[in-house]
Amino acid sequence: MRLLSVLLTCQMLLWGPASVHAESYLIKDANVFAGDDSPAVRQDILIVDGRIESLGTDLAGSEAQTVIDAAGRPLTPAFFAGITAAGLSEIGMVYEAVDSRLSGLYTGLIHPEFDVRRAYNPHSSVVPITRIEGYGYTLLMAAPGDRTISGQGSLVRLDGGYDSFEGDDVLFVNVDGYSGNRLGSSRAAHWMLLESVFAELSTDDDDLTLITPRGKDTLHAVRRNGLFIFRANRASDILQAVAFGEAHKLRTVISGGQEAWMVRDALAEAGVPVVINALDNLPGSFDGLGARLDNAALLHEAGVTVLFTSGETHNARKLRQVAGNAVANGLPYEAAIEAMTSLPAEIFGGTPKMIAPGLAADLVIWSGDPLEVTSAADHVILSGNPDPMRSRQTELLQRYLPEDAGMGRAYIKP
Amino acid sequence: MLKYLSMAALVCLTLTERAHAEAFPSTYNAPTATPILLTNATVLDGTGKRLDNADIYLANGEISWVGTGDSHPDATVIDATGLWITPGLIDVHSHLGVYPSPGVAAHSDGNEATAPVTAEVWAEHSIWPQDPGFTRALAGGVTAMQILPGSANLFGGRGVTLKNVPSLSYQGMKFPGAPHGLKMACGENPKRVYGNRDQSPSTRMGNVAAYRSTWIRAQRYQADWDRYNQAIADANSAESSDGGDGASVADALLTNTPPRRDLELETLAGALRGDILVHMHCYRADEMLTILDMAKEFGYRVGTFHHGVEAYKVADELAENGVCGALWADWWGFKIEAYDGIQENIALVDRPDGGCAIVHSDSDEGIQRLNQEAAKAMTRGNRAGLDIPLERAIRWITANAAKSLGIDGVTGTLEAGKMADVVVWNQNPLSVYAKPLRVYIDGALRFERNNPELSPESDFELGQLLGAAQ
Repeated sequence: MRLLSVLLTCQMLLWGPASVHAESYLIKDANVFAGDDSPAVRQDILIVDGRIESLGTDLAGSEAQTVIDAAGRPLTPAFFAGITAAGLSEIGMVYEAVDSRLSGLYTGLIHPEFDVRRAYNPHSSVVPITRIEGYGYTLLMAAPGDRTISGQGSLVRLDGGYDSFEGDDVLFVNVDGYSGNRLGSSRAAHWMLLESVFAELSTDDDDLTLITPRGKDTLHAVRRNGLFIFRANRASDILQAVAFGEAHKLRTVISGGQEAWMVRDALAEAGVPVVINALDNLPGSFDGLGARLDNAALLHEAGVTVLFTSGETHNARKLRQVAGNAVANGLPYEAAIEAMTSLPAEIFGGTPKMIAPGLAADLVIWSGDPLEVTSAADHVILSGNPDPMRSRQTELLQRYLPEDAGMGRAYIKP
Repeated sequence: MLKYLSMAALVCLTLTERAHAEAFPSTYNAPTATPILLTNATVLDGTGKRLDNADIYLANGEISWVGTGDSHPDATVIDATGLWITPGLIDVHSHLGVYPSPGVAAHSDGNEATAPVTAEVWAEHSIWPQDPGFTRALAGGVTAMQILPGSANLFGGRGVTLKNVPSLSYQGMKFPGAPHGLKMACGENPKRVYGNRDQSPSTRMGNVAAYRSTWIRAQRYQADWDRYNQAIADANSAESSDGGDGASVADALLTNTPPRRDLELETLAGALRGDILVHMHCYRADEMLTILDMAKEFGYRVGTFHHGVEAYKVADELAENGVCGALWADWWGFKIEAYDGIQENIALVDRPDGGCAIVHSDSDEGIQRLNQEAAKAMTRGNRAGLDIPLERAIRWITANAAKSLGIDGVTGTLEAGKMADVVVWNQNPLSVYAKPLRVYIDGALRFERNNPELSPESDFELGQLLGAAQ
């Protein structure tokens, strides 16, 4: 008996918290958005061992240990939180708690081998704060600094695991009017460096001048299996990035893309996705004089794949408001849902983020329209585990919500 | 005698501080507009009331009535069935014009970060009226806003309240009769900016010491002026009671030297008197309580705490002291004094009797979507069990904001006699899908969606991207 319990404990320890889901769940009567661009359907969902077992109407609940009545509420795959430094930046201006960027290290001009995943901390308060708002995964970024190549990141599931990375290596490249001030003071300098580095890449010469041997290996690997995400807003810069990607046979993604609508046909033809902030509508810089609210709608209409990012880490939860504004400015609703759920995983190589049998049960039941500012996530389920919906912020609310402070707020422990 | 009297009057007029406040006066004039009758709308009037199927009549730049009343036969009648109407939105914290788009270094005019006390600077002197942000805010239903200096300094200077109308000058936008604001800042920013230069303040205690030393100087300045003004007033009243020849007034003017005008102390003295409203950037609960004590020490009123991500912790104290909280719906974590931000902040500050919650932007993006920010804050309050209907939440971006800026007597609600600052929405405004269809300022239609003739564009945007694909 005692041995058994020890063995069980060992097993649980070995599995880790993400794998403890002996239970099954039946979600009744949800308005299910599958995560592609199809309209929602009223369905039940049976979850067994962390995976979606079946979908249908009037699924029997007898074998499910727990029944969640969605009562017609919308259900989607867990949302994508955009390109963030979640788990890399605890507090923006507390520099020792920020690990998203390489700075002050000039052993070489370009360090593609810099990899932010080594610094990821799943216990950052940002992770549950983002997760309980309905977000299941994000693209970890190597933040733009003063270099052409910022480094690597990848998708990470926001399930609190230490090693919840998935998908392909993503290399962050900057070719805009910023981030080059110490590197030649021109976007032309970015291209000069990139072309030179790729020239070094294609020689067997070990006498590298711009890049370390490990950096060279990294670039080779990302070129074979990963993606290059170019930060560019100006139409001409976007076209340069597309052409560079084609010349060097890269899988290219554009982030920023304020003027992407101006070159949407070229983007569509090249099959290059664009990650935009759909709230950008001001000429905030000379890189983005053409920023406009119907950017997403125009790109989508032209056949360009559109994803969203808010530029926020701590407030990454704002992304569904960004998507809602894209819809308010002409993007079809289902296209926005797809951009918030399955598309980012598809592009960046993650496990499928859809509501379909056999897939991981990463889903959210929303109080109302998931793109609406008056709705919120009621239930978040990752890998079949219902989230306790607690974060540092819900704890603060529980401490300060009672009107009677009693002996003092410090004694109120939620 | 006449000569003496007129000289005395002239001197009194030109030397009191109130007269100095007339510098750079507003040149804003509302164009005359035909009366407008909007019918059958859902109205959130800003006083906390919701009226269904209501009419509203705008004439002579004012709201004539809401509900039922007489209208001129020539009035333009607009069927607003299915549409919603709110007061014009007001942002109490904007840096449009002083940190304009494009945000190039030479446009960075919001912080005179060369000394911790710069009460002498006026934000209006930094405003670039061609900032395209003004037109975007107009499309978001914003009819008035306060432009503030930044928070690098303990005393950052004067803020100015504007009507959101396109103009060649800030004078042409200046809200007639609105008091100036005084921007002050707590916490990290001033101590970081000056501490990093090995200057004072480098700590929070340094911040407070510098505020207090400065207020002491301002009190002395005010006392000097009070003494001077009293001497002149005494001579004047002696003159009028004995029907004299003006000699005693002239004598008083000759024997009492007026204090030397000081732009910095003039602003601070105005704040002590209450003529200039204090807007205090402050994140942490404990710092807000320190500031309230300091205000008691020096006998001034803090009008509004801005940002206040921890305001929910001291919501009762804010309400008791009649201080507004101008807050974000969900910003947090960008620095450690913003670490305890919660999405229920606004709703909790709104909760006590006398609570004055305001949604502010501090952002050229947020100012375009104050309605969405209010909607998020309302939703979080309701999910926490507070009962906040739409008609209450709309006050956070209308009436309460007007109160913070000292313009609640003339705008901020849809009540008879107030300025006809009105937004017509395509639907319930507290939604991500809501858009202003028409924006009236003083009864003049200043913006109409999908009408290029009524969608103003700044000089900067003219002729850009010529030849680019459209």
